[in-house]
Amino acid sequence: MNVTEIIDGVIMLLVMVGALLTLISAIGALRLPDVYTRSHAISKSTTLGMIFILMGTLFYFWLKHDHFNSRLLLAIVFLFLTSPVSAHLISRAAYYSGVRPWEGTVRDDLAERRENRTKSAK
Amino acid sequence: MVMFNVALVLLSLAVICFLYRVVKGPTVADRVIALDAIGICLAGMVAVLSIILETSVFLEIILLIGILAFLGTAAFAKFLQKGVVIERDGNH
Repeated sequence: MNVTEIIDGVIMLLVMVGALLTLISAIGALRLPDVYTRSHAISKSTTLGMIFILMGTLFYFWLKHDHFNSRLLLAIVFLFLTSPVSAHLISRAAYYSGVRPWEGTVRDDLAERRENRTKSAK
Repeated sequence: MVMFNVALVLLSLAVICFLYRVVKGPTVADRVIALDAIGICLAGMVAVLSIILETSVFLEIILLIGILAFLGTAAFAKFLQKGVVIERDGNH
């Protein structure tokens, strides 16, 4: 087993793990009961899966073609910073526009605050 | 090389699942989250395709898709919460 085979194996492992994590998050989007749990599943595992895929691509072009692509590194950092933020924004907008959580939810710490908001709006 | 094609198939299956959520999703927030995830999956498919085609000219597209997905989602979240995307300054 020489160095080239190890590099090939590591790149394939990174890409496959990333694709599997993305598929798992899609299955979560199908099966989970409400917006908040779906947002939880999608935002975390899609972000990690995409970081794995982009790292595999970065290593492929760096180690096999001797071409370090800084745009890919920038894309990884940008995705890591913005994907949780967009999930937060959408969940917050859904909560304040009146989407109820799943009926099995045990506690809802923001309920009082939402009541105050709808009262002051009227 | 076969593994990269398998990864492409897995990503396509994920896009199909997200498309089901876009079509069925009971609320608008579901659809927006699923569309954002489809955009991110598309960026990953571009990355895997550029490995398969052995070219590095598509790698800018990944960053571009990431930025566009974030901007679209942020704008839609603001529209959902406030009804406008860019607020008018009421002082003058």
